[in-house]
Amino acid sequence: MQIARVVGTVVATQKHRAFEGAKLLLVQPVGLDDTPRGPTLLAVDSVGAGVTERVLIVQEGRAAGEALGRKGAPVDAAIVGIIDSVDVQE
Amino acid sequence: MQMARVIGDVVATRKDEALAGITLLVIQPIGADGANVGRTLVAVDSVGAGVGETVFFVRGKEASFPFHPTEVPTDAGIVGIVDHWDVE
Repeated sequence: MQIARVVGTVVATQKHRAFEGAKLLLVQPVGLDDTPRGPTLLAVDSVGAGVTERVLIVQEGRAAGEALGRKGAPVDAAIVGIIDSVDVQE
Repeated sequence: MQMARVIGDVVATRKDEALAGITLLVIQPIGADGANVGRTLVAVDSVGAGVGETVFFVRGKEASFPFHPTEVPTDAGIVGIVDHWDVE
């Protein structure tokens, strides 16, 4: 999993049926110091995350499909947690 | 998934049988600010996207899921057309 910051929302009317009713959020993967890492991704949200929150994302199809609760969904990224705090002892 | 702009299409007459009848589009991934990010790639389309539109696409094996039970040999697929997006 990776830490990311929710930076925006996406609206799409025409989409695969697996996305019906799903919330699509733009997330920017970040390092431990909150600096951006790599491109902005689009993830389905299964935990009620909102813009500016720090979240935990999975970037793998099966895990994302499970988070969405739909088998065989063409998804590859999902938000699976909202981060309260990260503590690194190094 | 990632957002992308559709910038072209690909025609290939001789190809894997499972790709027959499937639209192949050239897409340019973009970031939240709409600027190009990374390399262009070719993706299969299952939502009727066209050149000039902003879409979102999935990478990996999941790109073939919209064509189930046909096992389409692809690693990228457009799965939605973006109406608009907001960044805060």
